[in-house]
Amino acid sequence: MSERAAAPAGTGERSAADVAIAVEGLSKRFGANLVVDDLTMTVRRGQIYGFLGPNGSGKTTTIRMLCGLLTPDAGRGTCLGMDILTQGREIRAHVGYMTQRFSLYQDLSVKENLEFVARLYGVPKPEAAAQAALERLGLKGRGRQLAGELSGGWKQRLALGACILPGPDLLLLDEPTAGVDPQARREFWAQIHALAAEGLTVLVSTHYMDEAERCHEIAYIAYGRLLAQGTVANVIAASGLHTYTVDVKGEGPREASQRITDLSQKLSAALGVDMVAPFGTSLHISGRDAAALEAAIAPFRGEPHLVWRKDEPTLEDVFIDLMRGKDARR
Amino acid sequence: MTARTGVAGFLGRVTAMIVKEYIQLTRDRVTFATMIMIPLLQLVLFGYAINTTPRHLPTAVFSHENSDVSRAILAALRNTAFFSFVREAQSVEEAEHLVRAGEVLFFVEIPAGFERSLRRGDRPQILVAADATDPVGTGNALAALSGVVASALVRERFVGAIAEEAQGREATSQDAFEIVQHRRYNPAGTSQLNIVPGLLGTILTMTMLIFTALSVTREIERGTMESLLAMPIHPVEIMLGKIVPYVMVGILQAVLILGAGIILFAVPVEGSVAVLSAATLLFITANLSIGYTFSTLAQNQLQAVQMSFMFFLPSILLSGFMFPFSGMPQWAQWIGEGLPLTHYLRMVRGILLKGSGLSDLVRDGAALFGLMLLAMGIAVARFRQTLD
Ligand SMILES: Nc1ncnc2c1ncn2[C@@H]1O[C@H](COP(=O)(O)OP(=O)(O)OP(=O)(O)O)[C@@H](O)[C@H]1O
Ligand SMILES: [Mg+2]
Repeated sequence: MSERAAAPAGTGERSAADVAIAVEGLSKRFGANLVVDDLTMTVRRGQIYGFLGPNGSGKTTTIRMLCGLLTPDAGRGTCLGMDILTQGREIRAHVGYMTQRFSLYQDLSVKENLEFVARLYGVPKPEAAAQAALERLGLKGRGRQLAGELSGGWKQRLALGACILPGPDLLLLDEPTAGVDPQARREFWAQIHALAAEGLTVLVSTHYMDEAERCHEIAYIAYGRLLAQGTVANVIAASGLHTYTVDVKGEGPREASQRITDLSQKLSAALGVDMVAPFGTSLHISGRDAAALEAAIAPFRGEPHLVWRKDEPTLEDVFIDLMRGKDARR
Repeated sequence: MTARTGVAGFLGRVTAMIVKEYIQLTRDRVTFATMIMIPLLQLVLFGYAINTTPRHLPTAVFSHENSDVSRAILAALRNTAFFSFVREAQSVEEAEHLVRAGEVLFFVEIPAGFERSLRRGDRPQILVAADATDPVGTGNALAALSGVVASALVRERFVGAIAEEAQGREATSQDAFEIVQHRRYNPAGTSQLNIVPGLLGTILTMTMLIFTALSVTREIERGTMESLLAMPIHPVEIMLGKIVPYVMVGILQAVLILGAGIILFAVPVEGSVAVLSAATLLFITANLSIGYTFSTLAQNQLQAVQMSFMFFLPSILLSGFMFPFSGMPQWAQWIGEGLPLTHYLRMVRGILLKGSGLSDLVRDGAALFGLMLLAMGIAVARFRQTLD
């Protein structure tokens, strides 16, 4: 992904006006459970920043701390130049937060929900603003429908619309596309990019790799710790992972599957192989040590019907490897 | 985008909340219907009890003597249609048993030597024991009793003669004898006029408490609190936005109850309607504030409802609605002073029945206002602005 033109390239010194989110040593504990552990990150203005990590890794918790809905146990930081510890109310006036779980009023109609938001933020002419938002969202015909009766995808659209309506400077989107069909997701991302082009900063959490690749920068957290950060290319390069892909050619689907399963089992057990993942009739084999990986696959190179090639690790390979590594160290 | 500051911003946000709450309120048809039905239903039920002027209430008699006077009294009682003598008891014990068993509601005992004492001017006693578990039913009859006996005696020319005979005594017909009334099981013997104001207070307490008690916990349970908290709204604004729509509901209920009370049961309004409205408005807001406070303390809707009932029960029992306030032990009176219903009952009974004006109501009005502010203060302080 290329950097936005508006955001100055280069990661040298950043003026305060250039930074949307800057947090340092953020920690949050629920009982004995350390959910966010010493998190430090910076998001520049106008950036689309992807927030990835397995279930329960602390993404939602971090986002809540950013907009003052949770109080960090340690650490400090600013959001749009305002202190997250003391200026929660001011921050909220400029931030649109889309919750992971739909949290608009199900017993209010689509339009009533939008009007409520408009009034609450002091948008002039709330009825007109809500109507305009309806049209922008393509929800025009559904204004009178109860929000609770919308399908999942339409609920997400409404929630995003409600976030954008007051014209925030920062969007915090918590899994905005979970359960949304590919077409709607594509439209959604087109909209996010359009907003970013207007100067909005977007922090978006997701479990989808393709969405991660649509972000300017990503952060990967697991067990509350930030494990990787940067552009997708940087994160892949920094992983130090080496990957081979092997395709099964010239065999029926049954035989091919059999072969893939066999190979997968053998390779998984082999030294130097850290990860094996099947993709249809091909297999991804990755390892951190290039020489060891070569040695591990050498015995199978001569087998019939197998076509080997050196490959780039995917983001998914990198994330799963990061998570495993973290697991092993725990 | 800048959130509006100052009064305009404040009003805008409160309005947003009010509109939202109002729509939700009207959309929940069942709740809305109950809000109107509860007061009407209660009134009709109680009204039936009040309106049925009790007649031919079963009564037992135990007369120790069989004199002209005793016969005259019994005949007069029989003539009033209030009483119907079902049993002639042979002993006090038997009569007591009849009352306990519920076979009779009254038991009249004329003591031995009644006529003789009457003639001597000794003010003999007639005992009337009443099962006052149904205060409305027995109240009227008891009230009528003394007059009936007196007129019976006058008619029989006993009293006039006695009055002359009793030298040096300023005897009136009432003085010549004494009716000792024992109200059993309900010492207060709440009268019908007390019931409508009392009902007004208790119904408002119950409905107002419950409505706001559910308001915050409902947002938490439905997950909408997370969005709401992420918006630039202050707890005071949330509270006002959630209370105001229900003030309207409260006013509607109060008008219904009072209107029905006036039309159906001829409850008087001796005092000023404006003062009554002000007192009722204050009372409604105080209860809504307390309910809202519960809502900020409770973890879920069930807890909020339980808290409301924990508050509602003492309100009924210790406010003077059920038992006379002054008859309660000191500690109970202290608790009672902490309940809005206590103050409201005093005010509304005063206004309706005694014609009390502002100056008579200052103390209770101030107490009510204080309780309201206290509740609001706790609610705002306790309102969780984060999800921690
Ligand atoms: N209010 C809370 N009380 C106690 N534990 C909590 C609370 N909120 C979150 N947790 C715990 O904190 C951890 C991180 O939760 P969080 O919701 O931040 O994860 P996440 O990264 O958003 O996960 P997902 O991808 O499933 O949404 C989880 O183990 C969760 O159980
Ligand atoms: Mg989450």
